[in-house]
Amino acid sequence: MSQKPFLLAAEGLNKNFDGYKAINDLNFYLDEGELRTVIGPNGAGKTTFLDLITGRTKPDEGTLLWDDAKHDLLKLNEYQIYRLGIGRKFQTPTVYNDHTVTENLILSLAGSRGIWHSLFGKITSDQRDRMADILTTIKLTDHALRKAGTLAHGQKQWLEIGMLLAQEARLLLVDEPAAGMTDEETYRTGELLLSLAGKHTIIVIEHDMTFVRQISQDRKVTVLHQGHVLCEGPVDQVQNDERVIEVYLGRKSKTA
Amino acid sequence: MTTSPISSRINVSLLIATAIFLVIIMPALNAFGVIENFTLNLWGKYLCYGILAISIDLLWGYTGLLCLGQALFFTLGGYMMGMHLMLMIGKLGQYKSDLPDFMVFLGHTKLPSFWEPFYSFPFAAAMVLLVPGLIAFIFGYLAFRSRIKGVYFSILTQALTYGAALLFFRNDMLMGGNNGFTDFRSMLGANLRDPGTQRILYIATALLLVGVIAGCKWLTASRFGLIQRAIRDSENRVLFSGYATASFKLFIFIISAMIAAVAGALYVPQVGIINPSEMTPDKSLEAVVWVALGGRGTLVGPVVGAVSVNALKSWATRAYPDLWLIILGGAFVLVVMFMPKGIVGIPSQISGIISRIRNRSAAKDEAKVAAELKKASPTSPIIDP
Repeated sequence: MSQKPFLLAAEGLNKNFDGYKAINDLNFYLDEGELRTVIGPNGAGKTTFLDLITGRTKPDEGTLLWDDAKHDLLKLNEYQIYRLGIGRKFQTPTVYNDHTVTENLILSLAGSRGIWHSLFGKITSDQRDRMADILTTIKLTDHALRKAGTLAHGQKQWLEIGMLLAQEARLLLVDEPAAGMTDEETYRTGELLLSLAGKHTIIVIEHDMTFVRQISQDRKVTVLHQGHVLCEGPVDQVQNDERVIEVYLGRKSKTA
Repeated sequence: MTTSPISSRINVSLLIATAIFLVIIMPALNAFGVIENFTLNLWGKYLCYGILAISIDLLWGYTGLLCLGQALFFTLGGYMMGMHLMLMIGKLGQYKSDLPDFMVFLGHTKLPSFWEPFYSFPFAAAMVLLVPGLIAFIFGYLAFRSRIKGVYFSILTQALTYGAALLFFRNDMLMGGNNGFTDFRSMLGANLRDPGTQRILYIATALLLVGVIAGCKWLTASRFGLIQRAIRDSENRVLFSGYATASFKLFIFIISAMIAAVAGALYVPQVGIINPSEMTPDKSLEAVVWVALGGRGTLVGPVVGAVSVNALKSWATRAYPDLWLIILGGAFVLVVMFMPKGIVGIPSQISGIISRIRNRSAAKDEAKVAAELKKASPTSPIIDP
């Protein structure tokens, strides 16, 4: 076991979907303040792993502990997990299409989630400033009153990241932030994530290796394969790992 | 809805004018004999239906919960008021007994204990809110906790109201069986058959309608309203934004049940009868049709739908009694196919069509100009050799 307390510790996770092993004996440890990139071929179980963390699905076996094992995430539901400070950006941008950009942020602002507060709570001037800052950061100030459904794909991705920022989450789970973005947008997304590292703990799932290089630098990268951690390490080491090359290039392997 | 400040100001003044007309001018015209008692009474009924329709739209249009059992809460509110009114008949009934007629008819000699407190008007008024509220709480708690959604929720609410109707049809419920309650005489000491009393009931209904619209306007404009619509559009996302959606749905479900119940309580003394056929699923479905016709996801639309469909019904069931259901069904199909925003959506639909035509002709003009320009400069500098 660990000497240093982990923010998130997953041990022996298993998840079967009708006989298909989406997650297979997965062990994963995350320190506070880390920016961890998770890569892996399609079907490696990356998104399922996020589903397990956020309570969208429950594993068949294993443990998932939060904040130095103070909380057992498997006993909590989606909104309880969220309230511990775990926020998620989905793979396909999931914003409230019929709400304006500002309203999307209002719904995500940190604070009470009770009915009473939703009826009588006022938005403070601090929160207004915070939203204005976020709008600048995600470059949507000019679109603040537009319906989110009318935004371009990349803008929706940014809005969803903005919603994570409004939430002031401790752990940001960012699923393929660069999907559908131009190279320039991708680069800016990377810069944004880097600027958040340290303030927040972040898990980024990504396919785009240029992007992975940009954000991981010499940080730890985790490679998932068939629901299992294949290897972990800095991006250069991982990219030169025999097993990783095999998995990605599909070379026929004798038993690994 | 996105509306420019000017058009929303027009809308607000139109609303206020309508409110003044309904609350003050119509009863005044009635008092001076311009509007017949029968007509005013009919409008009182329509406005009760309008409130019922708003309660459906709060769930369906704003939260995405298609409740097919809203007539249950409406009727329950009516029954609670009806119990008080039955006791107020006193010895004036057919059998000259203190007991309501149907009890005498069934051979009872003593008033059942649960009827006793209904001698008090405040108690009955409280029950109008509490009984439907409690049923909504129990049903909603179980349904939302089990994450019953969409069509399954609709079917369950329909089953709930159907079950309740079967229960109320039974004589041993001691709620009047299939005849329900009727022959009311007085309410708070006022003679219910006096046009003046009916006028006051009408005014109370119109005021309630205005109050419900104002209250719902505030509710839907608050952050609660944002969450409501977010639940409608993508409930999962709301869960992942940290909201316990089940509690929010339960809250609005109870509020809607209570709104429907108050409307029912005002409906009964104006119509003079309440029976279990009002609870049957087709009554709920009819109310859903009003909302769809009037305009879902707005507060005025349901009222417009309820009033216009019922006015049409009053006319058509006399003029073409056999064709009424076909007319209603046909109108429903037409609205669903061609007017997704309902009657109140017609202005924006028309302006949308106009601006589209304008854009198209503008685009054509632009294309023409571009073509002319191209002709004028045969050596195009755009292509770099």
